[in-house]
Amino acid sequence: MNFNFKHEWIETNVGLLLVLTMVAISIGGLVEIAPLFLIKNTVETVKDAKGLETIRPYTALESRGRDIYVREGCYTCHSQMIRPLKDEAVRYGHYSLAAESQYDHPFQWGSKRTGPDLARVGKKYSNEWQVQHLIAPRSMVPESVMPNYPWLLSTPLDTSDLVDRLRAQRAVGVPYSLTEIEYQNNVKRFGEAVAQQLHIPNAQQNLVKQAEEGNFDGDRSNITELDALIAYLQVLGTMVDFSQYDSDHFVTFR
Amino acid sequence: MSKDKMQSQAVQTTGHAWDGDLQEYNNPLPRWWVWTFYLTILFAILYWIWFPAWPVAKGYTPGVGKITYVDAKGVAQTTHWNTRADLMREMNGLAAIQKPFFDKVAAQPYAAIAKDPELNNFIASAGNQLFADNCATCHQAGGQGKIGFFPNLADDDWLYGGQFDKIQETVTQGRRGYMPPFGEALSTAQIDQLANYVLSLSGEKMDAAKAETGKALFHSETAGCFYCHGDDARGRQVIGAPNLTDKIWLWANVPNADAPSIKLAAVKNVIQNGLNKGVMPAWGQRLTPEQIKVLTVYVHELGGGK
Ligand code: HEC
Ligand code: HEC
Ligand code: HEC
Repeated sequence: MNFNFKHEWIETNVGLLLVLTMVAISIGGLVEIAPLFLIKNTVETVKDAKGLETIRPYTALESRGRDIYVREGCYTCHSQMIRPLKDEAVRYGHYSLAAESQYDHPFQWGSKRTGPDLARVGKKYSNEWQVQHLIAPRSMVPESVMPNYPWLLSTPLDTSDLVDRLRAQRAVGVPYSLTEIEYQNNVKRFGEAVAQQLHIPNAQQNLVKQAEEGNFDGDRSNITELDALIAYLQVLGTMVDFSQYDSDHFVTFR
Repeated sequence: MSKDKMQSQAVQTTGHAWDGDLQEYNNPLPRWWVWTFYLTILFAILYWIWFPAWPVAKGYTPGVGKITYVDAKGVAQTTHWNTRADLMREMNGLAAIQKPFFDKVAAQPYAAIAKDPELNNFIASAGNQLFADNCATCHQAGGQGKIGFFPNLADDDWLYGGQFDKIQETVTQGRRGYMPPFGEALSTAQIDQLANYVLSLSGEKMDAAKAETGKALFHSETAGCFYCHGDDARGRQVIGAPNLTDKIWLWANVPNADAPSIKLAAVKNVIQNGLNKGVMPAWGQRLTPEQIKVLTVYVHELGGGK
């Protein structure tokens, strides 16, 4: 057989070059992505004593806070991924579980760490500190290089497209409920109180209630972007009660 | 490569010409490069064999590499190599170094810890680290605090008490200071009189007549300041009500003000609007009891422990 391969066959044929490039890249992609849909134990199951899932999607307010986090580019300086490394365990606490970001679209793991990791920052500081620190970081931490975000306190939170935003997340698999059946399903998975929060028809009302009760930005007169952002920051990494598990429990998922 | 040299080597061209006469040399890759490339392929294959790598069916190839760590019950476990088990192993190592110290801290009463020089060294370094990671953002690096926000932990003036057990309680459970607003219950004149009295307690030169009326108000049922701040205005640590006679101010921005009118305004503001922003987070969930004990001694030794 006289098969004499010449690379100009490919190089002089744009169409073939394109097809072969895509084939080469998709092999890499498939090998990395396909298993995630097949392997059952990549995402840990985390349930409380009553068998309810403790990791839940964000409430309407927290979810809007997350949008602001993304909009302001906080991820360009902050990661949300505590790696299973000694130094990080000592500084930040338990390593992040895959399950903890299962409802994040897109996830905020990040890789640039100008500031500290935020995966477990929830409840670490008071709302008062968060307000001051976001408005003027250097008033709290003199050597900080974090920018000031004063407008968050003066900008009212836009909730006009709240329902569409939640529906969009539902479309990519986040269990926000639209119908009664979906709602009942959530009651079984997360319990009634959480299921209420995840019901899209109640979203607006839930958001206002959480913002008023939480009073995150210290100003009750209106709901600002800072209310939403702090509600989001305060829930980060707080959904798993690690004191319920042996220190090696999550090793068995690997 | 110089032009001469390039032309002197009879390198093949790729064989085709563009624009009539443009040709492309077909230089073979250097031998060292090719071999490095083969070596990286070999490395990848060894890596696949040793570490978890390929997805198969509903699982993956765990690799032949093994790792042994001590689990939560103190039993040695051997499993395929993975980062979480590796972390357990590393933390076992760290615990082995720190354990004797933490055990000693856990076992001894506070008074004995403070006297043990070896433990003091340990607390100075471990406590410093814990304080920097968790507390310094609010109480500042040396514990000096911030007027209007966070109390000074290095002085001997305490809202909730500077004894070991009080500090431990503060850190474990957190605190929330609350003083009700008096803007509606009292008139502007009364608030002014009270403020004159409060400032006169720490030796500021105030309007004597107003301060005298303020004093009566302070101890009356109308204002009821004495319920929380005490008959002598020296505070009550069970509820975190501060001593108003010691010239130390956290919420009323008196120390930064020069003019008496500004000092007065600062105190009036506190009485008018009350206080509900002194929130010290609880650390009982985040830190271990031993870490909290180390921090307690560290804070106590910052300068003002009782
Ligand atoms: C230019 C980089 C940069 C950007 C952008 C940035 N930060 Fe920071 N951030 C830092 C640095 C540096 C620190 C550490 C010093 C400090 O506490 O201010 C920090 C600290 C923090 C902390 C305290 C973390 C801890 O555990 O002490 C929080 C919370 C935080 N940032 C939130 C945010 C949010 C929310 C945004 C977006 C609105 C943001 N940051 C944007 C650099 C940044
Ligand atoms: C319910 C209890 C309570 C009552 C009543 C009360 N206080 Fe207070 N007061 C507090 C507490 C608690 C704080 C400290 C708050 C904190 O640390 O978060 C405080 C703080 C203050 C401060 C600020 C001290 C500083 O360091 O800056 C002043 C001034 C003060 N009170 C004056 C008064 C006066 C005058 C009255 C009477 C009109 C009064 N308080 C009534 C509980 C009370
Ligand atoms: C979010 C900011 C914040 C952080 C972080 C914080 N604190 Fe505090 N802390 C406060 C505030 C505010 C108070 C005063 C509470 C009040 O006014 O009632 C306080 C009070 C205290 C007191 C009581 C002081 C007194 O006079 O009785 C101690 C002790 C203390 N903190 C120690 C710590 C330690 C140790 C840490 C780290 C583990 C820490 N704090 C982290 C905000 C903070």
